[in-house]
Amino acid sequence: MDSLRFCNPKTIKEDNAIELLIDIVLLSFLVCIAFAIVRMKDLFAVIMLAGMYGLLSASFFVTMDAVDVAFTEASVGAGISTLLMLTTISMTGRYENTTRHRPMLALVVVFVTGSLLIYGTLDMPYFGSAQAPIQLHVAPHYINNSMSEIGIPNIVTSALASYRGFDTFGEVVVIFTAGVAVWALLMVNVQRRKNTEIDDANNSTHEQHFIVRFVAKMLIPFILLFALYVQFHGDYGPGGGFQAGVIFAAAIILYSMVFGLNTARRVISQPIVQLLTAAGVLLYGSVGIVSLLSGGNFLDYNVLSADPIAGQHLGILLIELGVGCTVASVMILIYFNFSGRKNDRELEEHKETT
Amino acid sequence: MDIVIAVVSAIFLLLGGFLCVTGGVGILRFPDFYTRIHATGVTDTLGAGLILIGLMLQVPDVLVLVKLVIILLMTLFINPVATHALAQAALKSGLSPLLQSKNHKGG
Repeated sequence: MDSLRFCNPKTIKEDNAIELLIDIVLLSFLVCIAFAIVRMKDLFAVIMLAGMYGLLSASFFVTMDAVDVAFTEASVGAGISTLLMLTTISMTGRYENTTRHRPMLALVVVFVTGSLLIYGTLDMPYFGSAQAPIQLHVAPHYINNSMSEIGIPNIVTSALASYRGFDTFGEVVVIFTAGVAVWALLMVNVQRRKNTEIDDANNSTHEQHFIVRFVAKMLIPFILLFALYVQFHGDYGPGGGFQAGVIFAAAIILYSMVFGLNTARRVISQPIVQLLTAAGVLLYGSVGIVSLLSGGNFLDYNVLSADPIAGQHLGILLIELGVGCTVASVMILIYFNFSGRKNDRELEEHKETT
Repeated sequence: MDIVIAVVSAIFLLLGGFLCVTGGVGILRFPDFYTRIHATGVTDTLGAGLILIGLMLQVPDVLVLVKLVIILLMTLFINPVATHALAQAALKSGLSPLLQSKNHKGG
């Protein structure tokens, strides 16, 4: 069926027309949403629109056959960042301050920079051009030799985790640094609350949140299972440590939203999360050091095992695990700190009023 | 047999698409928050469900079918609960539903 479709030039033309239509619709939605975000003062609506922006970008990436990127964008852009921003505005307030001055200078600067950037793109090769440097430099090597050198079907994972392992290491360190920075800025003392106190608080609201709690309890194991599937199936399909970490963190965050932060802290202790944040980066770096000590280059997985392909598999598995650990625990840590702040503030206000 | 499956699947897809459009119209036209989430809640669940069933009839292999069934189950669990949580949150924060006043009849 597929081969037949590709043989017929007329259907190819129709496919392209539909794809073009979808591209135009998606891109014009993106532009509309971007303008709406700039114009709006209601931050809650802005965050929702930003989430939609992420989801639409993800659909756009899917139509461009970049499913790994789309997966990341959907889980990070539409999922977890919306959640973290919502937690933030629940502390800062819902409406943007009105600005009295009109920043004309800023507008001019933005306009000039934008036109220069557009002028710069005129020198770039056309989109999808076969002569573009990206198609001629290292990409053909990755595409042609990935299967024989790395031995996993998903080229994106082999480029991300093996050929470009050092870049990915940098990304993980960036995430780790972000987590540490948030922790240093917003660190809250975890007050030891008695278990009975937490139980009381939970039971008093149990009736009210019964349906949400029931369904969340039913779904969370499947979300965690899906995260593990994404983590370990990244070699064969779209997925990998980044997406899996975010999904895993989303399940924990859902739990702490539905059952309360203190219950979640009782299940997942914050010191362990802090430890895992560093352990992921450490695991990634150690794989590099071990390959260095075994006589290869930094992050050269060929030397990890007697068989180079098996070494590559092992190396990719370990570093993806490191990425997943760090991403998940950084997200959980950020959420715990944000939402712990809010809890403390509410507690203080409660004390002041009584 | 193929043509029957294709027609049935097309009917499901069209019906699902129609319901999604009515949901969109509902959000724009209904007067208050509760009627609007009613529009999205019902049509999201049923519209998405019908579209998924329409797609299930056209699957090339079993794995895709299983994935679609899982997506359907997730939709059936998550959509109504999200609608419920929204409505409850609105009610709790003091948004009262728009009720027909006694001296205003019709409309």
